[in-house]
Amino acid sequence: MTGELGQLALCFALALSLVMAVAGLLGAREDHTAARSVAVSSAFGLFVFVALAFGTLTYAFIISDFSIMDVASNSNTLKPLVYKISGVWGNHEGSMLLWVLVLSIYAALVAGLQRGGPRLTSAALGVQGLLAAAFLLFILFTSNPFLRLDPAPFEGAGLNPLLQDPGLAMHPPMLYAGYVGLSASFSYAAAALLVGEAGWARAARPFMLVAWMALTCGIALGSWWAYYELGWGGFWGWDPVENASLMPWLIATALLHSALATEKSGAFRTWSLLLAIAGFSLSLIGTFLVRSGLTSSVHAFATDPTRGFFIMVLIALAIGGALALFAWRAPTLQGGAAFEPASRETTLLLNNVFLVAACACVFVGTLYPMVLDAINGTKISVGPPYYVLTFAPIFFALLLLVPFGPQLNWRRGDLKAVWRSLYPALGLAAVACVVVLAVASPRSLAAAGAFAVAGWLIGASILDIRKRRGARASAFAAALAHAGLGITLLGVTGTTVWRSETLTVVAPGQTMTVGPYTLRFDGVTRVKGPNYIADRGKFVIMEDGKAGATMLPEHRLYLAQGQDVTDTAIHTTGLRDLYLALGDDRDGGRFAVRAYVSPLAPLIWLGGLVMALGGALSLWGRLRLSEPENKPAAPAVAMAAE
Amino acid sequence: MKCSGVKTVIALLLLMGSSNAVFAAAVPETFSDPAKEARARHLQRQFFCLICAGESVDESNSSFATDVRRLLREQIAEGKTDKQIQDFFVARYGAAILTKPPVEPATWLLWLGPFGVLAIAGGVAWVTIKRAGKAGT
Repeated sequence: MTGELGQLALCFALALSLVMAVAGLLGAREDHTAARSVAVSSAFGLFVFVALAFGTLTYAFIISDFSIMDVASNSNTLKPLVYKISGVWGNHEGSMLLWVLVLSIYAALVAGLQRGGPRLTSAALGVQGLLAAAFLLFILFTSNPFLRLDPAPFEGAGLNPLLQDPGLAMHPPMLYAGYVGLSASFSYAAAALLVGEAGWARAARPFMLVAWMALTCGIALGSWWAYYELGWGGFWGWDPVENASLMPWLIATALLHSALATEKSGAFRTWSLLLAIAGFSLSLIGTFLVRSGLTSSVHAFATDPTRGFFIMVLIALAIGGALALFAWRAPTLQGGAAFEPASRETTLLLNNVFLVAACACVFVGTLYPMVLDAINGTKISVGPPYYVLTFAPIFFALLLLVPFGPQLNWRRGDLKAVWRSLYPALGLAAVACVVVLAVASPRSLAAAGAFAVAGWLIGASILDIRKRRGARASAFAAALAHAGLGITLLGVTGTTVWRSETLTVVAPGQTMTVGPYTLRFDGVTRVKGPNYIADRGKFVIMEDGKAGATMLPEHRLYLAQGQDVTDTAIHTTGLRDLYLALGDDRDGGRFAVRAYVSPLAPLIWLGGLVMALGGALSLWGRLRLSEPENKPAAPAVAMAAE
Repeated sequence: MKCSGVKTVIALLLLMGSSNAVFAAAVPETFSDPAKEARARHLQRQFFCLICAGESVDESNSSFATDVRRLLREQIAEGKTDKQIQDFFVARYGAAILTKPPVEPATWLLWLGPFGVLAIAGGVAWVTIKRAGKAGT
């Protein structure tokens, strides 16, 4: 019965999304107040029915209802409850349902908050309704999670063991909150083009911030998962799927900066609209890349060409439609505002130049092999060395400019004074550089340069925070986000340059060394988990001949799939990780072991967290200030008289 | 899909050819000479494990990676140059094995595209800044 209930809820949701699309777009007209209320109600209704469908599917996973095909192929009675629940989005059908659920949450928020006035909100709801309808059609026709299986099997196939992990349980919802959050900016941008209201950048700002924070956290979680789960200590592989999440992040970052200028000084109006469209378009392209089976990885659940085709048409319509609207309406927008070359506007513009180039780099690197293969069958791969030579220099140039932005005034700044005020940051950069060259081994010029840049960023953020002492919390948002960049850079550099590793075979009672650590191997015991059996190695960190902390890396065999997974053990001091992965059994109690010492590794994710915290401060400030903003905030009507 | 089918076939062939190498996967043989070992590790990072998702031969535990590591170390022991070793693997597995794509006419757009975008975006920014300055006066 539950499956049919979910199916019915999805059908109602589809009907409501179509109503919302039509009513929302009609309501964009001045006199259609009735249509506007219909759009708002259907947005809430859409959320209720999608949530009902999602709840139904979750319930089917929890009670292991194997008469539903999706549950039978992706779940198992032996799985712990939390992975039964995360299994809902650990497969193609369920993850698309999660996608629509997040879309409907944003639609309900747009309807409930009514930011930017009734007409803009209504048009935005109309666009959001079109997107919801397209994805609901996709689910109902190609990826229905409620299809029945008759006869129902006695046991389910289970979830990919790599995905049975707390980090990965949270990763997809977080990433989707970001991907789909960009749909709100997209809808507001399209609405602004339709209605011609200037207030869209301010109206959409909280949504941009939430989407950006969620993307930041989602990417950090994914990277952390890759680090501890895949067993080789890497945190970023420039895998097409990772790239698919990085591209929207880069554009969302550009959008946050550009839209700030649009809102505060009226600059870059058309450009911000284009970025809002591009951000969500890249989210869609990312979904296509991941879901179409064009890339092979743990993420690619779907290898059905009809789905790929459907998503491709959907993307073409969404992106093509938005760009056509842009080409039609953007020329009617007023020209840019006045500002001097030395002004915050200029720094925000340069920020966008570098972020767009960096995004182009990831875009070309991800798609080029597929396109080249399709054109003439030439097969090439694009790996980390490509990004080191292209992405890294572009991103470094951007980082050098970051400290100037928050210090320069709008319209007209004093570059000399700002430069002088940044001397202490420059000093910190020099100290970081010298210390690295003097102390760290092996000596690395690249590392010294990276530390200098990190010192420059963190130093400038400290100066910024000192300068704004006593201001409201949101004034520190930029300083925190920029400091986070510096912190992540320290982590990435430390791990990449100074990682030491040992690959060896140890027998019980033997010791091994890795970096500054000595480890005693106390043998392996067989342990039984809920749905796996594991060899659990016991390693003791020796400090001056005495036993210290114990580490328990495991080698697990998941019973349902017969798949081997290494479960690493990490001992962290906060500034340095000791990382152990247990390898194969070599007879007589001897085991292969991989051990890494990764200096500064935890800073990679700490930096991401600090960045997201910066976003949270800014959002908090926005929502506190939202009372006066709720009035239609259009200081100057942007659209020229038609 | 077609592409993954081919990959599966390759993977199966490799598995058949090297079933006894699978268990030697996690720990490759190592050179006692640290300079040679460093060179081997450096070279291992230049090749992709073609049956894995985005892992290099240095990182992967697969049979394919193990085979490549063994062949690579054999060739270093024979005194081949980096270039010769690279050519050997490209001839054997195609250019897709290289983590750094080759620089040739077919990849100029790949290598120069991002900098082209940077130049165009920079040009547009320059014009915008000039215009914004004039608009103020």
